[in-house]
Amino acid sequence: MKPTDIGRPEYFHKVVDCQLACPAHTPVPEYIRLIAAGRYSDAYMVNWHSNVFPGVLGRTCDRPCEPACRRGRVEDGESKEPVAICRLKRVAADYKDDVSARMPKPAEKKNGKRIACVGAGPASLTVARDLAPLGYEVTVFDGEKKAGGFIRSQIPKFRLPEEVIDEETGYILNLGVDFRSGVRVESLKGLLAEGYDAVFVGSGAPRGRDLDIPGRKEAAKNIHIGIDWLSSVSFGHIDKIGRRVIVLGGGNTAMDCCRSSRRLGGEDVKVIVRSGFDEMKASPWEKEDAIHEGIPILNYLVPKEFRHENGKLVGMLFEKVKAVYDDRGRRSLVPAGEPDQYFECDDVLVAVGQENSFPWIERDIGLEFDKWGMPVVSESTMQSSIPKVFFGGDAAFGPKNIIWAVAHGHEAAVSIDRFCSGEDVAVRPPPNVNLMSQKMGIHEWSYDNAVSNDIRFKVPLKDISISLKNIKVEVELGFDPQLAFKEAQRCLNCDVQTVFAAGQCIECDACVDICPMDCITFTANGEEDDLRKRLNAPALNLSQDLYVSTELKTGRVMVKDEDVCLHCGLCAERCPTGAWDMQKFLLTTTKAGPGCRDRHANHAAPSRQAA
Amino acid sequence: MTYIAKPKLHHPTLATNKLGFTRRDYEGPVSTLCAGCGHDSISAAIIQAAFNLDIEPHRVAKLSGIGCSSKTPTYFLGQSHGFNTVHGRMPSVLTGANLANRDLIYMGVSGDGDSASIGLGQFAHAMRRGVNMVYIVMNNGVYGLTKGQFSATADKGSKSKKGAINNDSPVDLVSLALQLGATFVARSFSGDKAQLVPLIEAALAHQGAAFIDVISPCVAFNNHAGSTKSYDYVREHNEAVNRIDFMPYREEITTEYEPGSVQEVVQHDGSVLRLRKLHAEYDPNNRIGAMNYLQEHQAKGEVVTGLLFVDPEPEDLHAYSNTVPVPLNTLGANELCPKSAALEKINASLR
Ligand SMILES: Cc1cc2nc3c(=O)[nH]c(=O)nc-3n(C[C@H](O)[C@H](O)[C@H](O)COP(=O)(O)OP(=O)(O)OC[C@H]3O[C@@H](n4cnc5c(N)ncnc54)[C@H](O)[C@@H]3O)c2cc1C
Ligand SMILES: Cc1ncc(C[n+]2csc(CCOP(=O)(O)OP(=O)(O)O)c2C)c(N)n1
Ligand code: SF4
Ligand code: SF4
Ligand code: SF4
Ligand SMILES: [Mg+2]
Repeated sequence: MKPTDIGRPEYFHKVVDCQLACPAHTPVPEYIRLIAAGRYSDAYMVNWHSNVFPGVLGRTCDRPCEPACRRGRVEDGESKEPVAICRLKRVAADYKDDVSARMPKPAEKKNGKRIACVGAGPASLTVARDLAPLGYEVTVFDGEKKAGGFIRSQIPKFRLPEEVIDEETGYILNLGVDFRSGVRVESLKGLLAEGYDAVFVGSGAPRGRDLDIPGRKEAAKNIHIGIDWLSSVSFGHIDKIGRRVIVLGGGNTAMDCCRSSRRLGGEDVKVIVRSGFDEMKASPWEKEDAIHEGIPILNYLVPKEFRHENGKLVGMLFEKVKAVYDDRGRRSLVPAGEPDQYFECDDVLVAVGQENSFPWIERDIGLEFDKWGMPVVSESTMQSSIPKVFFGGDAAFGPKNIIWAVAHGHEAAVSIDRFCSGEDVAVRPPPNVNLMSQKMGIHEWSYDNAVSNDIRFKVPLKDISISLKNIKVEVELGFDPQLAFKEAQRCLNCDVQTVFAAGQCIECDACVDICPMDCITFTANGEEDDLRKRLNAPALNLSQDLYVSTELKTGRVMVKDEDVCLHCGLCAERCPTGAWDMQKFLLTTTKAGPGCRDRHANHAAPSRQAA
Repeated sequence: MTYIAKPKLHHPTLATNKLGFTRRDYEGPVSTLCAGCGHDSISAAIIQAAFNLDIEPHRVAKLSGIGCSSKTPTYFLGQSHGFNTVHGRMPSVLTGANLANRDLIYMGVSGDGDSASIGLGQFAHAMRRGVNMVYIVMNNGVYGLTKGQFSATADKGSKSKKGAINNDSPVDLVSLALQLGATFVARSFSGDKAQLVPLIEAALAHQGAAFIDVISPCVAFNNHAGSTKSYDYVREHNEAVNRIDFMPYREEITTEYEPGSVQEVVQHDGSVLRLRKLHAEYDPNNRIGAMNYLQEHQAKGEVVTGLLFVDPEPEDLHAYSNTVPVPLNTLGANELCPKSAALEKINASLR
């Protein structure tokens, strides 16, 4: 193999599994260390710069970082659990001081460029946050009264209290953003005619799928579309439901529907899903939460008919199916040949999917749509076929989640900034990277290198008898500072990289001997497949790289399998010559502003960050 | 030294041996030796060998003297018995222990100072008596623990870190062991585990006095230009006479070898040492030939390593002394203290 080029930011970025997996590339270990140090405000700001809504996301994020977390690959025994990255984010939000003074200030001088954002969900708000402090005049339109989009209208308050949304949308609206609440944009053509320099479409995926089976019309009064029903609950238009409720669907919306029903008078609430339990779209923890609240989940039942008497819903009929797999492992559901099953109920919530819909975008203004009715949008620049119109969040590629909406928002803001500066939006700015030795003394590092043996801590919950009584009572209490410290200590500091200087190595084997994970091997070089088999421990995880040195004195090379390294620093502690060093790799994505442009403008200082 | 404990976590594919132990179960607490000390690599080789041989840790007694090398038994086989003797006295304490309990596996760990300076006489007698043990000298040419004075194994003309030249002739423990009747004699290098681990395995299986001289650079005081015990010097001058594969029992030869290039030695316990010859004329069953070879090649400045001599049918101190076949602790009070009638009988026989 060729020697590894650690100068490429991609190499060490990949080692920080969580940060790579986070769509917004939040420097996770950086903020986790700050939490362990009790520096909650600093931890909050590290998050805020990357993901804009730490308090919201610390309670609701889909957390793609956690399945990626190294801890899940290295723990012993049956419990291989990632660090509770998401809930630690909430700790930063819960225990921070007043951070308003640390927020950017509204621009003193406007730059003369006007930007319109359609929708006030997380995608648009991210664009507004990135652009307003630079001097852009940002106008945000939303048909609803308050900002937040689905964060406010869909996510139940027992998962996300309203104050948190108010606080974090407030930080953005205070940046001198012109928020036109209650104004629904009815025409893109009209909006473009108002002469904006760029338009960002963050209008979400607002339409809930219906279920067209017999009885749907007749029993309509007691059949509700999940997302419409949830927003009516959020805005206080609905405050009760029947005693027996069936929720159809296996996604997160279904989980929010059933848990909300339990709090609004539903005593016998069940979720009924076509697929098997494991294939359900809902995150494992959301299913767990529903089951914990006494909600059964019934699988492999396909809705057949709404039964009604005298114009009133009385129950639902389902066909039992089973999963069969073809040679290619593709699943199909076929009748199980069992009798149909009937369940009585008073109300049904239909949560079987969500769709985009752009009734306000004219089809004759040059904006290209694909055959599924989705706008044609570049995944890297978020630009549509009209150069000044950008998309992001659920409106761009269909329903995803908040953190993706934020990530899109950042990219769109970079594009808009370059576009308005007359630069090619296809050229993307590289990230900011910093690699710094953590050596403090002979065996002293500026990070805590001891590895905790604790298994993942559970977030304490409010007593169920209280939380089921009031839909506004938050279920999770969050970690207290002691638990947060212990959970933070489980983080392996994957950003503190093992950096190898071949010229200093005397091949004494000290690092090989001490490494608890058998990551390091000195051996003759070879092709990757061959090397992977010849290491002290086989490198079976092909998604993780091998770090290969230049040739050493004996003609061998040092090969390190990054897969299960604990970043414990023992290799560097036992190295007599300092050939190994532990260096912190801090990567921050480049946001809109002078840094993202080819010709660096001279206004606006770069934002300050906790180190 | 390192302050944190070595993490308990280990590689997901880490193997277990017949006893259900992983290699990590044979470790001890984290080493306090200097980072990069060759002695730590030898500890790692001992750990690997004990794991490979499925050794029950409680069946092992580790004894050592004084020195950085003699500290190492703390850092391996944490579940085994241990004894730190006075400086240079490991061989006699081990001999006593072995006489009392012949069932344990004895591992004597020492340094060049411990064995070639203050303990030279002790070393000699353990070898000539054929104490059934593995005697490992971690040989760095200096007194590491007392800050790097030349030891008795330092080569004439070699230079100290401060620049002083050693004028005394060196003690070559390998030659002494051969001359004094050790039945297994080898030399290796801490930086070459592929050679060292099978040698330790073979020595553990050997039922007699097995001696291994392991050159083990002291990074703090003897790893500079002008030293003959540095990583660079040993790598440049290392002449291995053979490579050995240790097998607990005979296996089919599956690899193709040049005719005459492989020699097998079956030890008394049935284990097999398969030697891949690197020097065709070298015969590890010939004690006198080995001594001659060593003298010749050492004179040329070569560091001769490998399995230098082995007697496949060794005898040991217990055989020479006709002792009881079981450990003394399994005998009853009457057998250990056979009363005055027995004493009378012995006295009568001496009259
Ligand atoms: C029930 C439910 C629960 C969810 N839970 C989670 C969760 O726990 N975690 C998570 O990460 N994600 C969750 N999601 C998904 C998440 O809410 C969305 O992916 C995210 O909010 C999308 O953000 P966005 O900015 O694209 O648009 P949205 O948040 O959908 O905001 C779009 C906004 O645009 C406004 N708008 C639309 N058209 C117009 C127009 N023409 N003029 C003016 N305004 C307009 C809408 O009123 C809305 O306020 C959930 C979704 C649902 C349905
Ligand atoms: C009776 C006695 N004399 C002298 C000493 C001082 N002393 C301690 S260690 C040592 C030499 C150790 O050298 P070596 O056995 O080569 O061990 P190394 O530290 O080099 O591994 C000496 C002379 C002692 N501890 N006891
Ligand atoms: S251990 Fe810490 S740094 Fe590593 S992936 Fe998990 S959260 Fe990220
Ligand atoms: S930091 Fe070094 S010693 Fe620790 S696990 Fe990684 S490679 Fe091994
Ligand atoms: S002084 Fe020398 S022998 Fe002792 S621990 Fe340090 S390197 Fe090893
Ligand atoms: Mg010594």
